[in-house]
Amino acid sequence: MSLLEVKNLQVRVEDREILHGLSLTVNEGEVHAIMGPNGSGKSTLSHVIAGKPGYEVTGGEILFKGEDLLAMAPDERAAKGVFLAFQYPVEIPGVATMTFLRTALNAQRKSRGEGEFSTPDFLKKVREVAKRLNIPQDMLKRGVNVGFSGGEKKRNEVLQMALFEPSLCILDEMDSGLDIDALRVAADGVNALRSPGRAMVVITHYQRLLNYIVPDFVHVMSKGKVVKSGGKELALELEASGYAQFEDAA
Amino acid sequence: MAAVQETVDRVRQIDVDQYRYGFETLIESEKAPKGLSEDTVRFISAKKNEPAWMLEWRLEAYRRWLTMTEPTWARVNYPKIDYQDLYYYSAPKPKKQLSSIDEIDPEILKTYEKLGIPLREVAMLEGVQPPPGGEPSASRKIAVDAVFDSVSVATTFQKELKQAGVIFMPISEAIREHPELVKKYLGTVVPTSDNYFATLNSAVFSDGSFVYVPPGVRCPMELSTYFRINERNTGQFERTLIIADKGAYVSYLEGCTAPQRDENQLHAAVVELVTLDDAEIKYSTVQNWYPGNSEGKGGIYNFVTKRGDCRGVNSKISWTQVETGSAITWKYPSCILRGDNSRGEFYSIAISNGHQQVDSGTKMIHLGKNTTSRIISKGIAAGVSQNTYRGLVTAHRKATGARNFTACDSLLIGDKCGAHTVPYVEAKNSSALFEHEATTSKISEDVLFYCVQRGLSQEEAVGLVVNGFVKDVLQQLPMEFAVEAQKLISISLEGSVG
Repeated sequence: MSLLEVKNLQVRVEDREILHGLSLTVNEGEVHAIMGPNGSGKSTLSHVIAGKPGYEVTGGEILFKGEDLLAMAPDERAAKGVFLAFQYPVEIPGVATMTFLRTALNAQRKSRGEGEFSTPDFLKKVREVAKRLNIPQDMLKRGVNVGFSGGEKKRNEVLQMALFEPSLCILDEMDSGLDIDALRVAADGVNALRSPGRAMVVITHYQRLLNYIVPDFVHVMSKGKVVKSGGKELALELEASGYAQFEDAA
Repeated sequence: MAAVQETVDRVRQIDVDQYRYGFETLIESEKAPKGLSEDTVRFISAKKNEPAWMLEWRLEAYRRWLTMTEPTWARVNYPKIDYQDLYYYSAPKPKKQLSSIDEIDPEILKTYEKLGIPLREVAMLEGVQPPPGGEPSASRKIAVDAVFDSVSVATTFQKELKQAGVIFMPISEAIREHPELVKKYLGTVVPTSDNYFATLNSAVFSDGSFVYVPPGVRCPMELSTYFRINERNTGQFERTLIIADKGAYVSYLEGCTAPQRDENQLHAAVVELVTLDDAEIKYSTVQNWYPGNSEGKGGIYNFVTKRGDCRGVNSKISWTQVETGSAITWKYPSCILRGDNSRGEFYSIAISNGHQQVDSGTKMIHLGKNTTSRIISKGIAAGVSQNTYRGLVTAHRKATGARNFTACDSLLIGDKCGAHTVPYVEAKNSSALFEHEATTSKISEDVLFYCVQRGLSQEEAVGLVVNGFVKDVLQQLPMEFAVEAQKLISISLEGSVG
C-alpha cells in the first residue's frame, strides 16, 4: 500500500480550475521533488492535501495510508501523519511557541488515543531537537514566529516536523526567502528526519535546494498536471533548459 | 471559582445553548408582591430588620427615582422594561433558624456545589473534597459569601477574619451591626442621585457584601461573593461596599451566574470602594450571567454602577473583569483619583457572542497630584454581537502630573459582529500625559489553518489565539480564577467559528 496516492485530482479555486487531473504516488521512505513554474498548481496541491479551506475538489481522490484523505478534517489529517511546512509561516502573537508545540502535540496524541506527553518528557524532547537546529531556548518562549527572521521561521517548521514525527512531510518552497547558510541548516534538519517510514514531498522552483535534499523522484508540473517524472537528473535537465518545453507539452 | 467542566460536548448542534449554569433550583421562596411602590421598599426594609435611617434613605431614593428618566445613550438596544412586572425581593424560605452552614437548605448547598463554589470551610482547608465535577481546590483559603437571589445564605471563615479584625458580612447584617461604618461610607462614592439604575438600586437593594479592613491590616485571605439569581421574574439589586482603611489591603472576587430563562432579568448592582492613605483594593469579577439563547431570547440585563474612590494619598484601586455572560452588559467600573499619588487600574476582557451586546469601559478621573491610571481593555466579538468600549480619562485643572496609559484592543471573529471604541480624553491640566492605543483585528484564517494543520481542532485553535490576545489581562486575575476564566472564555466562544 502506498503512503500517498493522488488519483486524477481536479481542483477549482473560486472560478478557476487549477488542477486538471493530477496523479502522484508516494511510498514510505521516498523523497519526491515537485517542480514547476509559477501558476502550475504546486501550492494548490500541497494545500489540498493539508486540507486548507477555499479549494473545491471537483474530481479524483486522495488516499493516505489507504484511507480517503479528503473526507478528513485538517486536524484529523495531521493526527494521521500529514505535515505541511508552510511557505509563509504565520505569526501568532501572545501564544508562546512552547505552549503551542505542547498543545498541538498533545492534541495529535489524543486523537490517536495515545497519552499526553508528560511535561518533563516534552521539554527534554524539544530541547534536544532545538539544539540540533540551532534554535535558542529563549526563542521558544516568544510568540509563535513573532519577530522571527525568514530563516528562523523555516527552522521552526523543521522543529515542529521533528517533534510531530509525521509520516508525510510536504515542504512548500522551503528555500524561498533563505540565504545559503540558513538553507543549509534547514536542509540538514530535514535530512536528519529521513527514515524508511517517512516520505517527503519537496516543492520548489529551483534545483539548488535539491542539492541539499537529494530526491529519489522528480516530477514536473505544468498547468495543473504532472507532465514529466524522472530521477534526480531530471532536475538538472530543468536547470539547463528551463520550463518552457514542458509548458508546450501540457 | 465557577464550576469546572470535565468534558465539553464538542458536537455542535444548531439550537443547543451552551450555558451550563442554566439549571433551576426548585425551592420554596418567599417574595414581595409584584411591582414597585413605596410599600415594596418598606417590605424589603422590614424583611431585613433595618433601622429607621436606612428605610428613610431608601424611600428618599425611591421618590427620586420616580422623577427620573431611563437613559438611552448607550450602544445597546432592548425592549422597554416594565418595572411593575418584576418581583423586587425573593428569598429562599428558611426551614428553621440557621446556626451553621450544615443547616442551610440542602438544595441551595447543592446549587453552589454544582457551581463549584466552596461553602464548606473544611473542604477548602484540607483541599481534599472537590465539589462534584470540580478540580481539587488550592490549599489557599478563600472566604465566600453566597448570595442566592436577594439574600446572603452563607459567609465562610467569619471567625478567622474577625481575628484579623476584618469585617466581611452581608451588607444587611452590617447595617444592623456596624451602622456607623455603613452610614459613614454608603452612598458616598455612588450617590443616590448618580444615575437611574443606581437610584433604583438604592431604593430596593437587597443584599451584597460589606467589607471593612482596619488600618495596617493585610486581609489574610481572598474574599469572594457568589451571586446566583434563581427565582423567575425577579430583579437582582445587590449593593457592595468595601472600605480599606489606612495601609490596608484586600483582594476581592465576585462571581455571577443565573439560570436559563426565556424572559430577561434585570441585574442593577452598585459597588462602592474606598481606599484611605496607602491602602489598596483589588476587585476582580468573573461574570457569567445567562446570555440569552442562540436566538437572542432571554438573558440577564447587567446594568451596574461600580466606582472606586482613592481618597487617600498613595492609595490604589484596581478593577479586573472577565465579562462573558449577560444579554446586555452596561457598566463602567471607575476610579476617582482623589489622593495625591493615587493609582487606578482597569483590566477587562469583554466577550460577546450570539446576540449579546456590550457597552462597557471605565472612567479614570484624575483629581489629585501625580495620579496615574492604566487601562487595558480587550473586547472579543463573535456571532452577531456588538461590543463597545467606552472610556473616559479626565484630568482636573489642578491635577498636575496626571499620567494615563490606555490600550484597547478588539478582536472580531466572523464578519457579522461589531466592535466599537468610544474614547473620551479630557486633559484640563497642561502637565497631563495621556497615551491611547487602539487596535482592531480579525482572527486570521491563515492563523487558524496553521493551528489546525498542526492537529488542533478549529475550536482549540480559536481558543489558543484568543488566549494569546487576552493574556495581559488574565495575568491580573488571582491564580485560580485565571484558569477558570480561561476555560470560561473558550466555552463562551464555542460555535463562534465555522
